[in-house]
Amino acid sequence: MIDAEAIESLKDLGAHISARQPDAVRAANVVLGELTILAERDHVLGLLRFLRDDQQCNFETFIDVCGVDYPERAERFEVVYHLLSMRMNHRVRVRVQTDEDTPVPSVVSLWPVANWFEREAFDMYGIQFSDHPDLRRILTDYGFEGYPLRKDFPLTGHYEVRYDDLEKRVVYEPVELAQEYRNFDFLSPWEGMTSQIPGDEKAEEAPE
Amino acid sequence: MADTAHISEIEDRKFTLNFGPQHPAAHGVLRMILDLDGEVVTRVDSHIGLLHRGTEKLLEYKTFLQGMPYFDRLDYCSPMNQEHAWCLAIEKLLGVTIPRRASLIRVLYSEIGRIMSHLLNVGTGVMDVGALTPITWCFEEREKLCVFYERASGSRMHAAYFRPGGVHQDLPQPLLDDIAEWCDDFPKVLDQIESLVTENRIFKQRMVDIGVVDEKTIMDWGFSGVMVRGSGLAWDLRRAQPYECYSELDFKVPVGRNGDNYDRYVCRMDEMRESTKIMQQCIELMAKEGPGPVLVPGSKMAPPRRAEMKNSMEALIHHFKLYTEGFHVPEGETYAAIEAPKGEFGVYLVSDGTNRPYRAKIRAPGYPHLQAMDHLCKGHMLADVSAVLGSLDIVFGEIDR
Repeated sequence: MIDAEAIESLKDLGAHISARQPDAVRAANVVLGELTILAERDHVLGLLRFLRDDQQCNFETFIDVCGVDYPERAERFEVVYHLLSMRMNHRVRVRVQTDEDTPVPSVVSLWPVANWFEREAFDMYGIQFSDHPDLRRILTDYGFEGYPLRKDFPLTGHYEVRYDDLEKRVVYEPVELAQEYRNFDFLSPWEGMTSQIPGDEKAEEAPE
Repeated sequence: MADTAHISEIEDRKFTLNFGPQHPAAHGVLRMILDLDGEVVTRVDSHIGLLHRGTEKLLEYKTFLQGMPYFDRLDYCSPMNQEHAWCLAIEKLLGVTIPRRASLIRVLYSEIGRIMSHLLNVGTGVMDVGALTPITWCFEEREKLCVFYERASGSRMHAAYFRPGGVHQDLPQPLLDDIAEWCDDFPKVLDQIESLVTENRIFKQRMVDIGVVDEKTIMDWGFSGVMVRGSGLAWDLRRAQPYECYSELDFKVPVGRNGDNYDRYVCRMDEMRESTKIMQQCIELMAKEGPGPVLVPGSKMAPPRRAEMKNSMEALIHHFKLYTEGFHVPEGETYAAIEAPKGEFGVYLVSDGTNRPYRAKIRAPGYPHLQAMDHLCKGHMLADVSAVLGSLDIVFGEIDR
């Protein structure tokens, strides 16, 4: 499905980028025909500038930046950039890691379009971007609290909104569910079984 | 006395106007705060998110198959194109190649979606600048396309027809015949619409040289789709990074020259003609190649046939497992993009190897386009704001997600 020649040229491109930006690139690999670069957070601005301006890379179009949350990691957020070169007809993905407090350098100075995308990442995950001109919430309600796409944010949210006919206005109330939210876990124990079965820990405690 | 009157007159010229969120020309629920100097726009501050439904959060709580219908509700002008990106992303992670006939059906319906979206945009865009007739003509054709959607999937809009691994059901031959017949007639309708609009003096006065997009703007603001092609760059993902069977189909990529509202309108009209040609080719190919499976046969992604389930216990179990647990997608990440009617629609999918996506980021083309409103409208008149907005082809379902 993915032709070998394209993969080779992406590998070459990855090697070229890591050779020219040794400080910024942690690793570059090609999986499923897509080039992914793991980058150092503090050098990401320089790396992206290089990717945009270098003749061989020429990634002039900024496609996307988004967050991904891995709560179990020390640096829980991944910030993922997608770039496209219309001239060379190739794409690249750049990933950096950060936590709740450490800001990632903003790339609004390189591409003005990054403005809303970074605002969205801030809105959804609380990822901080340094030197962003206008880091406000964007998609959530005025006065919203919390970061909805974090894994520890409940799907139902904390507040619900309705029109109160007596007060003749929209009111905010804490979410009240008629029945508990049911999050079915359809993962089959036969396929996804680990050596530890729920309840095993009791067997160990028993002798004492 | 005379002096102060003079000053207040100058200051009176500057004011702030709230445009939307309920305004027919806002194409949905957009709230724009316009800073005006007299009638000239000095700043546009767009407030979005009024239609935010948390699609990305919801997707993380649904299986891959259950998540698919959410994509109909993003860009609701061309629902199946969105589903397509989602299916492509899943298939890429699974390493599945879909059957030939399914591929042709997908392309056929993607092009129907493209025409639906462009008809809506052209109709409403023209209405934004004052022409009331074309929209009725556009919607008449659009209605016929909705019926084709319904005959394939059972629903006029929220089709849920594309499935990871193919499409839900095969198309009956009478439906294909009717689509072929429609394709023969449609260019004539386009001619009629063009006779009303394209050379219309008022329309040209409102559209030519308004909202000009140059190459730097394209790169700075992440444009794609018609916003790029209107400025003379022949960039089309169907041609540049072909998916499905686009590489073997014969179609042109219409480009504009000046990158203004008018050129984008002309591009959309030409694209509809090209889409009609693609549809005809798909129908011809389907007739030539004959029937075949439309979902990957023998995989866990396709439900077993109902008749089979009457006799086979295993088929019954497969059916039950598919619609409760769903299929598992191998660990990994991918970005799949399609040429949606509005530009590059992409899905960044991260899977942790379970039956649900770990993270699904939807990259909607309208999001960067709308962001450029401030850049495009600065220095234009107030009345041009709605013309530019119409020409950007904004749909809030996909912007707010």
